[in-house]
Amino acid sequence: MATNEKREFPGTYLFNGEMAKKGYGLNKMCFSFNNQEARDEFNADPEAYCDKYKLTDVQKQAIKDKDIIALLKEGGSIYYLAKFAGLLKLNMQDIGALQTGMSVDEFKAMLEKNGRGEV
Amino acid sequence: MAKIIGGVTTSHIPAIANAMANGLEETPYWKPFFDGYPPVRDWLNEQKPDVIILFYNDHGLEFFIDKKPTFAMGVADEYYNSDEGWGIPTIPPVTGESELSWHIANSLVEDGFDMTICQEMKVDHGLTVPLNLMWPGHNYGHVKVIPVCINCEQHPMPQPKRTLALGQAIGRAVESFDDDLKVVVFGTGGMSHQLDGERAGFINRAFDIECLDKLVSDPESLTKYSNYDLVELGGAQAVELNMLIAMRGALLGEVTELHRNYHAPISNTGSGLMLLENK
Amino acid sequence: MASQGSIPGTIMLDGPMATKGYPLNKMCYSFNNASARDEFRTDEEAYYEKFKLTEEQKQAMRQRDVIGMLEAGGSIYYLAKFAGILGLNVQDVGGLQTGMTTDEFKAFLVKQGEV
Repeated sequence: MATNEKREFPGTYLFNGEMAKKGYGLNKMCFSFNNQEARDEFNADPEAYCDKYKLTDVQKQAIKDKDIIALLKEGGSIYYLAKFAGLLKLNMQDIGALQTGMSVDEFKAMLEKNGRGEV
Repeated sequence: MAKIIGGVTTSHIPAIANAMANGLEETPYWKPFFDGYPPVRDWLNEQKPDVIILFYNDHGLEFFIDKKPTFAMGVADEYYNSDEGWGIPTIPPVTGESELSWHIANSLVEDGFDMTICQEMKVDHGLTVPLNLMWPGHNYGHVKVIPVCINCEQHPMPQPKRTLALGQAIGRAVESFDDDLKVVVFGTGGMSHQLDGERAGFINRAFDIECLDKLVSDPESLTKYSNYDLVELGGAQAVELNMLIAMRGALLGEVTELHRNYHAPISNTGSGLMLLENK
Repeated sequence: MASQGSIPGTIMLDGPMATKGYPLNKMCYSFNNASARDEFRTDEEAYYEKFKLTEEQKQAMRQRDVIGMLEAGGSIYYLAKFAGILGLNVQDVGGLQTGMTTDEFKAFLVKQGEV
């Protein structure tokens, strides 16, 4: 069994203890987006809201750039980042496209192809 | 005696809630997915289970990583949904079953599964989407639901071997409950998908189908996989297969596959609907 | 094997008790916050209502009846917060439950500690 195994997967950022520690403030901020008031407060002044949750400069920049990959590298957990994406009105295909460098249509086409089992 | 009469696997992604809220079931994109459901709905309406034990994972509504339970279960008489941050409609309360829940909790802890026991537990799309799929229009108030929540977010998380054993322990717990209750177990989530990273969009149809086959005939064989194996073969969120494995564990009798519909993709995931009878 | 009711003078917080005691414990848990303690002091009855205490629980609270609170599903950790509001320590609470004075209860503790 591979519980303590160090295994790397290309293009994959496993959310483990190290990442959970690094991303704590970032994830806590995104968790707060469950509430409308929090979303409004963020939208009114994103910078101040990031400071409220003590995001690091790198995290703040990644939020500003809507750079999902950078957010993952900074310890973001996809379930909370999804709430940030929701706030930006992006769905999972938009997010997929952003991360893979494809257009949304290209990303959707890839999903269809994968779904048919054409690898 | 309470009896587990069957098990169901189903996807639980939020996009399904949006599709249902917007009446998109008959559109070409969604039809192949929704067309799989009527036989399962018919079976449930025929069998009229009293209780649904539902394995799901919380995606950051009730639990945050300040304290993330490995295994949690509800023991309440009612559960509420609330704003998850991305605008899927919130829904009416879900009915619980306190007495059987506590019986299961007692039995599990005695059996070595140290559950987090919740008298209040906000339930997210992981739980509500499957219920609405089975009883559209949120018409599931008559069914009592016992939520069992497995950490699928933060490593370390329980391995397939452990989740199968959890399911088996729940199966034993239900069978030792005195009241005559008909119970169906839902394993929700999966199948292959990856939302995060440059590898986003990964789906493995062949692996999903193999897992469905193994869930029917040889669930033990799935315990050879570690969670990292699941990530490699099915994508970062394929660890949600643990919920399907737990469901299968709870079926201790002779299992027959009554229905299956595999379709991919819906949103970014492979969807495996399956109905198993437990005799 | 010991079970609920089989150990004299002992109520264990198990499923039925935790279910029954939930509103009472939730109220007492709120006493972690100074504002909640103030709100309680201002209008105890209204505060019971806010947490939907049962009549049995309200009665036990009104009478400062610790055994009654335990019988109504109270968990000692939260009841201790209520005791804190009343300025009582665990020896005072021990005395209240056993029918001793606080001094008698303390002497009882000392005696049990003796070899």
